[in-house]
This record gives sequence, C-alpha cells and structure tokens, in this order.
Amino acid sequence: MALGLLKFGFRKGYRATRHFTAAKPLKKHYDVVIIGAGGHGAAIAYNLARYHGITNVAVLDKAYLGGGNTARNTAVIRSNYLTEEGVAFYRESVRLFRGLSNELGYNIMMEDRGQLTLAHSDAAIRGFRWRAEVNQHLGVRSELVDRQTIRELVPNLRMDDDMRYPILAGLWHPDGGTARHDAVVWGYAREACRRGVELHQLTEVQGIEQEGGKVTGVVTNRGRIGCGCVVQAVAGMSSVVGEMAGIRLPIHSYPLQAMVTQPYKPLLTPLVSSPHLHVYIQQTSRGEFVIGGGSDPYPLYNTRATLELKETLSSAILELFPFLGQAQVLRQWAGITDMTPDYSPIMGMSPLRNYYLDAGWGTWGFKATPICGKTMAELVASGNVPALIRPFELERFYRFRQVNEAGATAASH
Amino acid sequence: MKIMTCPLNGPRNIAEFTYGGEYHQEPDPDRSDDRSWAEHVFFHDNRAGIVVEWWCHNASAFWFLAERDTRTDRILRTFRVEDYVSATETMP
Repeated sequence: MALGLLKFGFRKGYRATRHFTAAKPLKKHYDVVIIGAGGHGAAIAYNLARYHGITNVAVLDKAYLGGGNTARNTAVIRSNYLTEEGVAFYRESVRLFRGLSNELGYNIMMEDRGQLTLAHSDAAIRGFRWRAEVNQHLGVRSELVDRQTIRELVPNLRMDDDMRYPILAGLWHPDGGTARHDAVVWGYAREACRRGVELHQLTEVQGIEQEGGKVTGVVTNRGRIGCGCVVQAVAGMSSVVGEMAGIRLPIHSYPLQAMVTQPYKPLLTPLVSSPHLHVYIQQTSRGEFVIGGGSDPYPLYNTRATLELKETLSSAILELFPFLGQAQVLRQWAGITDMTPDYSPIMGMSPLRNYYLDAGWGTWGFKATPICGKTMAELVASGNVPALIRPFELERFYRFRQVNEAGATAASH
Repeated sequence: MKIMTCPLNGPRNIAEFTYGGEYHQEPDPDRSDDRSWAEHVFFHDNRAGIVVEWWCHNASAFWFLAERDTRTDRILRTFRVEDYVSATETMP
C-alpha cells in the first residue's frame, strides 16, 4: 500500500474514478440477495466476492448506500465487553478494523485513541473488575485505573470531589478507537462492486416469497428477483423486514439521539463514556465533539429530535467537561437501534432454510461491521454457522441462553 | 414537551410515564409449552405503525393502554384497561 501511495503521489493528473456500479436494470436471478446496503451488507458482499468467489450478488437498499445506521452511529470501536462470547466476537472485529485500510486499499481513518469508561459508584467498580478480568483472559487490553491515571489520560476531565456523581475509577481500554464510518461502507462497497457485486440503491424490498420453508425470491419496487438465498442486514428495520419473511424477532426499536459541537483544537484524545450519566463523547479528527447517550424512553421508528434528550445529553456532558458550556451544537440526528433483551445481536440461521439474519443491532452495530462481513459470508458460502457467531443465534431465546451484555454497553437504559 | 393524556390524571408530560410493552394475550402458563412461553416473554411485533401498548403513570402507579403511531410519534388514544377489553370483546 505504501508503494502504491507513493506512485499515486507522483502522478500527473488525478482523474475521478467511479466507486460503485452505475444504476442498471435488475437481473432475473441472483445467487445471493443482501437486503440493506449499510456497512454490514457491503461487508458481507465484499467477503463473499473476495474470499468465497460468489459474485452473483445483489445488495439492495430502499434509500442510498450507507445512509441508515452506518451514517448515524457514533463510530466507536471497542471490545471490552463482559461475556466471553461477546469479547471474543468484538476482539476479532477490532483486529480486522486495524488492517481494514490496507485490506480495502481505502483509508477508513482508523485511530487508536483508547476508550475510558468512568465509574461513579462502588457497584460500577466491581463490574469493571469483572470486565477487566474477562477481557484480559481473552487477550483484550483492558484494566481498572485509579483517579490519578484518569487525570493523566484526560487532563480536561472534571475530577472535583463535589460533583453530583464523583468519578471513582475507570476502565481503560487501549484497544478502543474510532474510524470514519462512511469510509468503511464506501471501501467495502467499492471493493465488492469491483469484483462484480451489484449495488442497487432506491430498490425497496416489499415482499419476500417463500415455498416449503425456503425463500424463492424478493419483490421490490423495481420488480421481482429470484434468489438462491437472502441475507437480511437492515439494522433499525429488522422486525419490519423480518415480518415480510414471517419471522418474529425479540426486538424493540428505539431511536438513539446524538449531536456534534462546533470544531475545537485537539483537546480530547480517548473516547470517554459514563454509563451512569448515560453519555459518551469523543473528539473527531476534524475537531468536533461527538456526544451520544442512551436510547429514547419508548419504542419508535422516527428519527425526530426531542429537547428532553438533548438537555439530558448536555447536562451530563457539562458535568464531565464544563468547558463545553460555550459550545454550539452544529448538528443533531437519531438512528433507530434494534434493542434485543440481552443487548447482543441476532446472527445466523432463521426459521427459513436459506434466509440468514444479521439483526438486533442496538448500539453495537458499527463496531461489529468487519467481523459480521466475514462470518456472515462464511455462513452463506458454506451453510455452516461459524463458531464465533453461534452464541448469537435466534434459537438462544427459545433455549433461555441469552448472552447478557447489558452491563457493558455504554448507552445502557 | 410531549403530552400524554392519562385516563386517570388527564394530560401530563410524557416524562411522567413509563412504557410497559406491547398489549397482547398472555398464554396460559399451565398449558403453554416452553417455546410459546419464550415467545411471550422475549418476542415482539415491534410494528412500524399503529400499536396498542401498556403505559404507567409513575406518580400514581396507574396502568392503562395507549394507541400510538410508531412512525409519526403521535399518541392517538388512551384508555382504561377495562374499557379497552370490553370494547374489543364486543367487536365482531
């Protein structure tokens, strides 16, 4: 890659190149139809084409590439979860993120910032000890740190004793980081399209045809397509698309609101999160502070803003970083989070034999993008569920074997 | 501020209420098998559209039902449980 970059630098002209396939008519049949052209859908298509030689693939989206939750997440990458299943899964994802710019030949602007979670109570410290032990056991860098270390890591953080919720300790996770979320989906989609995958935007799936426990085709606003199998990768609409296939899911969909401030000079290196105050923050490489928090208090398929949630976010972040008191909010938005009862995704087989689920992405979807692409493609190509995602199967709810990550998701309810 | 009309307390800020899940028939615990019980506990319709749900007014601990559009965030109606149940039972 370094050599390619050097050659590129010495070029005389820089012609714009097309990233994705131009709009064209749908074929009658595809081996694989992926519903949802977000990061996950694009990553699955890329892995199918690159590693499994499956290129007769259509990625459909009712809107545009990466316009849903891929554009709306707050680009947090970390693997300091609580269960062994969760940690192993996200650890692999972080590893893939590290090499992704090289793998795709596309700069995803990965930054190793480290992630700091704050404890404001003894109960939280006990939880952090537990997480640090599980993390270290599985080779993830994660440790309990004291107030002095927190001061050194984040000099701007307010550490007064007379705070409403004084900071007692932290969980420091040097593996945590961030990347440009749009670049991740663009890179995956470009490399998938280059290998023959077709991207069809403005193509809304309106029905799923099935016969004898198998999917035979999908009906779209541009006509019917026959297919060998379907992968559903529609975070935020999992229940709605699932219902078309007759699959009921253990999901409630809530909006999650976030916002960014005007840009500042570099002031904050790590990602900082306070589960107790329901807020997390990071400074992007262009200087804006991205502030996110908990989901809305009731389910909704609407990305409207509420003053109540913006007030909660603002008051919580001012508690931690009072210097932001003068900051102006530049943008705000919401994404729809598909919350599962155990805060883990639903991946793998569905009640239909050739319909694969990549669903239940609440607040943990972006950070799982590369590993989802890899494992779901493996599942589609081989028909076998990879060991890494076996714990996340839909069947777990019938067997009462949930993978409880409620304590380790930063935006907890 | 979003207003929800409590059948007991009248119009109040929605922050005074807690969402309590979708309204549906509970299977008979004595006769239901494990699978249908798991479905009852964990699975939801999670519909994008008009839904009927449980809500509770926190301060008065009063449970009632609300009809809401999850696409527009509009509360269409709220009713006491007994009114809703008797109305739906007499429907053809």
